[in-house]
Amino acid sequence: MPKTPLTFTLNDGEVAVFVDPGASLIDVLRRGVGDLTPKQGCAQGTCGACTVLIDGKPHLSCLTLAETVEGRRIDTTAGLAGGPNLHPLQKAFMEGFSAQCGFCTSGMLMASKALLDRTPNPTRDEVIEAISGNLCRCTGYEPIVDAILSAAQQGGAR
Amino acid sequence: MLSVETYPTLAEASQAMTDRSRFLAGGTLVMRAVNYGDQGFDRIVRARQVDRDIRTESGGLRIGAGATMADVLASRDAALLHVVAARIGGPAVRNMATVGGNLFAPNPYGEFTTALLALDAQVVGVNGQTTPIESFLSGRAHHRGLIAAVTVPRVSEGDFRFLKATRIKPKGVAIMTIAATLTRGDTRLAFGNMGPTPLRAKSAERALNNATLDERGIAQALEVCTQDLQPADDPLASSWYRREVAPVHLKRLLLNGGRR
Ligand code: FES
Ligand code: FES
Repeated sequence: MPKTPLTFTLNDGEVAVFVDPGASLIDVLRRGVGDLTPKQGCAQGTCGACTVLIDGKPHLSCLTLAETVEGRRIDTTAGLAGGPNLHPLQKAFMEGFSAQCGFCTSGMLMASKALLDRTPNPTRDEVIEAISGNLCRCTGYEPIVDAILSAAQQGGAR
Repeated sequence: MLSVETYPTLAEASQAMTDRSRFLAGGTLVMRAVNYGDQGFDRIVRARQVDRDIRTESGGLRIGAGATMADVLASRDAALLHVVAARIGGPAVRNMATVGGNLFAPNPYGEFTTALLALDAQVVGVNGQTTPIESFLSGRAHHRGLIAAVTVPRVSEGDFRFLKATRIKPKGVAIMTIAATLTRGDTRLAFGNMGPTPLRAKSAERALNNATLDERGIAQALEVCTQDLQPADDPLASSWYRREVAPVHLKRLLLNGGRR
């Protein structure tokens, strides 16, 4: 089967790759482009570890057919920090001990970035709703919710 | 080996469908099957032109099959269905999952379709042919051709009720879903995840027609509510448990708008 050429924007950079028919976006990001920040937990839409932003909105990269992102903009955790400066969400997660094993963290960061970009001062309920598609088996969620709220207070929408 | 074919229009994509093809809209069902090595198909068919339009027409509401749950939530015309779309998946799933795809969602999914069944929706095929959703669902396993839209007759907001019973909040998979249109003399009551497809509880509908919505008025409906259903065992709940709790959830839906 011939591969399909695919171009898209990834965190401000242009990407051009050849993809296998039926490849998921997470496969292309991790294996094709080498961006290892999205994690694949379940490959069935349950865990949210693979969450990336497509044109600013959260999507599950494990269930996104890669060729459907032609010409679109993808944001992953790899693009969050500006050089040595962590994104306010990353800083708040670090300071709040909101990552233990860290497997869910990348998805949590992208889901919460999508929230803060649109709702800079969310309520606790809005935060819970925003990460409701992301499973964390370690933290019990409270430190994550607290971190997102504290990032919001520090102007987390950036 | 899998192949992906992209056509300009839905009509052309429809022509290209075979027994070994799956149509990809939002991807939440098809890509999951791909990831798990489903050998039931080897062609993914998609269309560039996607109808995501939601608008009020003379008969009621028309929702393009490509509209996502997030599109439904963003549409003022579809306000009636916000309670339904909001309970599906998390934000990422709602940005992907489509109304057309939900029509084919197997258990334990398909909450939107359960609501459409209670609302007496029509399923509009690519060729323009409309099918009442109940007949569509009974023939779903052998359905051919693609869906262009669904239309929902006008229902007053106070008459529509929806409940999704889950073990965890705010997001969890449904043990069962119940949707009802409580128009006097014309009650429609649909259960999701209580049979191979969403099903109507017709005995309970008859008992509810013209009944007053109080403990006494609904007693008969609670008694017979699982008569027309065929709940299965799955990892979430046994068939026995589902039958036991169905009247409890139905009572909450009828007397308390679905709240505990
Ligand atoms: S890996 Fe995508 S939702 Fe779990
Ligand atoms: S930190 Fe381990 S899953 Fe969330």
